[in-house]
Amino acid sequence: MRLAPLLTLLFLAGPVLAGLAGVVAPALGYFPAIGANDWGLGAFRALFDWPGISTAIRLSVTTGLAATAIALAVTVLILAAWSGTRTFRWIERALSPLLSVPHAAAAFGIAFLIAPSGWIVRAISPWLTGWTRPPDLLILQDPLGIAMVLGLVAKEVPFLLLMALAALPQCQPSRSLTVAQSMGYGRVTGWLKAVLPRLYPLIRLPVYAVLAYSMSVVDVAIILGPNTPPPLSVQVVRWMSQPDLTLRLTAAAGALLQTGLVVGALITWRLAEMALARAGRRWATGGARSNGDPALRVLAMALAALSAAAIFAGLAGLGLWSITSVWRFPQALPDALTLSHWARHGPMVLPTLADTVLIAASATLAALVLVIACLETEIRLRLRLEGRALWLLYLPLIIPQIAFLPGLQTLALNWGADMGRVAVTLVHLVFVLPYVMLSLADPYHGWDARQATVAAALGASPRRIFWRLRLSMLLAPALTAAAVGFAVSVGQYLPTLLIGGGRVQTLTTEAVALAAGGDRRVIGIYALAQTGVVVLGFAAAIGLPRLVWANRRGLRGAA
Amino acid sequence: MSGLILDHLTIHLGDAPLVSLTATVAPGEVLTVMGPSGSGKSTLLAAITGTLAPAFRCTGRIALNGRDLTGLPPQGRRVGILFQDDLLFPHLSVGGNLGFGLPSGARDRKAAIDAALAEIGLEGFADRDPATLSGGQKARVALMRMLLSEPQALLLDEPFSRLDAALRDQMRDMVFSRARARGLPVLMVTHDAEDARAAGGALVTLP
Repeated sequence: MRLAPLLTLLFLAGPVLAGLAGVVAPALGYFPAIGANDWGLGAFRALFDWPGISTAIRLSVTTGLAATAIALAVTVLILAAWSGTRTFRWIERALSPLLSVPHAAAAFGIAFLIAPSGWIVRAISPWLTGWTRPPDLLILQDPLGIAMVLGLVAKEVPFLLLMALAALPQCQPSRSLTVAQSMGYGRVTGWLKAVLPRLYPLIRLPVYAVLAYSMSVVDVAIILGPNTPPPLSVQVVRWMSQPDLTLRLTAAAGALLQTGLVVGALITWRLAEMALARAGRRWATGGARSNGDPALRVLAMALAALSAAAIFAGLAGLGLWSITSVWRFPQALPDALTLSHWARHGPMVLPTLADTVLIAASATLAALVLVIACLETEIRLRLRLEGRALWLLYLPLIIPQIAFLPGLQTLALNWGADMGRVAVTLVHLVFVLPYVMLSLADPYHGWDARQATVAAALGASPRRIFWRLRLSMLLAPALTAAAVGFAVSVGQYLPTLLIGGGRVQTLTTEAVALAAGGDRRVIGIYALAQTGVVVLGFAAAIGLPRLVWANRRGLRGAA
Repeated sequence: MSGLILDHLTIHLGDAPLVSLTATVAPGEVLTVMGPSGSGKSTLLAAITGTLAPAFRCTGRIALNGRDLTGLPPQGRRVGILFQDDLLFPHLSVGGNLGFGLPSGARDRKAAIDAALAEIGLEGFADRDPATLSGGQKARVALMRMLLSEPQALLLDEPFSRLDAALRDQMRDMVFSRARARGLPVLMVTHDAEDARAAGGALVTLP
């Protein structure tokens, strides 16, 4: 039990550090498993000789920074304009389910909406556009990566919003706003000047995680991003999956370059933060009262609605395509529906579904045990995880996956380790652990410790207190944390692809592999199955406490 | 008509009336509202500042110096409020907090802020971190920040309850004399009878 924190640390940081180390040697030419023994800079030379390198670098940096900046701006605007109001509860209810939609499914849904032959064009053709066939426009996979940025923003806004909401009570938002308003400040201006500067430091790590993720994401980039050349991370994966093993050296060099890009972008972001903070303080102390508040509130509402609508309509589109038999171009709806695709592909989906659930459930269970053991140890030994431990927790979320997973694969190849479901589950654990910890830590610490004191005074042992009191009373948050962890595992693309070595398939890897083929009906089935599994997980997390505690209103969790 | 007028101001929670008040506070005078906790004292102030939580509904009329406040957004009411916590913004310096209150049209902001600090006996404190101030100093800065924003009325939500007994008299004196000097109508809610005596004005007790 006392070893739990150490074990957790090992599972978190071990693979990340080993993977980072494992990528350095091949990048410098040393990879005995494929007969490369000459140290040198040949791999970097090959990397920079690749004609697409400058575009790939530019795409990685611009799409990552743009997606993060826009997602943060939208989140801040929504909070500034509406937090604490009745309307905000509706916004929250509309946006929080989006968090559970896997990135790949959301990206497919958006792709089906905005493509030249997508739902939006169909809905306005030919009566508005005059098009009777799909226009020859590069909307999807556009060379600037705009579609990819939009997809990332729609998915990251709910994440940042949830993180901000968790931190907000520490910033005295409502009374600070009252003070500002009583001095003549409008809602938005007052919130930006009085609350945001206190909120931002509390959501800094999640913002960095979004930046690192957006710069190096692979599945969303394959579906929505440009592909000739693609962003750097996608090209690294292409090199990793070539039969020519010497390209692994180039891939390793690319992975190191990607790490450098992310570190550089994080430093740039930090400097921009400091400059903005200084400008913001001048703005706040300058006393200017209102800057177009009503317009900003309407804009915030429109952006929130657009984020939610993009993903919900995308999912609806996926569902519709999966039961479409004929859907001729300018028709707004299919000409005929059929269940035959489900009947034909369903049996093929099932084994993949089973593997997906098995891996996700194992990783989640392991994470839950480790996290609860950590929290319990922390409390019994009266330790407190502070700033530095939080950074460790965020390590796997801030170091890009593409930077250390190739190294991990290389190490495994060198050691001749078996790349089966167990290896995939262990790597998923690296990403599931932080999210389970983040969602469970606050409720765990928030539990009223006087309950334990009362029980101990009644003669209960620590073990009995843990099982009969703490864990029973924390059933709802523990299940929510498990559902979050499960969703994170189901959504993983790169770890499954690289560590599974092509032998382990999940719904996510299958769906993304189908992207190139462009068969919307099959993609619809896989993306829906992927979303469905996650949604069922959340439904169970919400439903079970209500069944178990049907007669205990205080223990049923959030409504 | 000048002063703060509450005309059949009634606040409902759901369908049940929670608190009801009709009163006139002349410029420079203090109306003290007392009552047990849960009697709706703070809710009354929220109705006047326009920051009532969505669950409440308010009827009647609020007027300030002849302006009808009912239906105005909080920032349009020019009603200043002080809470028992100072609520100074921790990310701004002491001078920065005062600058937040000072309207942007003011000429020579630095001089205005220095003069305001001198008025509350805190010369040279402009660059200080508010966290390094004593409780009494923070309360004075919060008062001055609010006064710099040029309110036309002053609401006090148990403003002295967090202060030491010795500081309390001093602070009461400072708040009431500033309000009188500026001709501000003051509405104070408290459960300290000493506050009411020091204010010297009318007293309403909520059921």
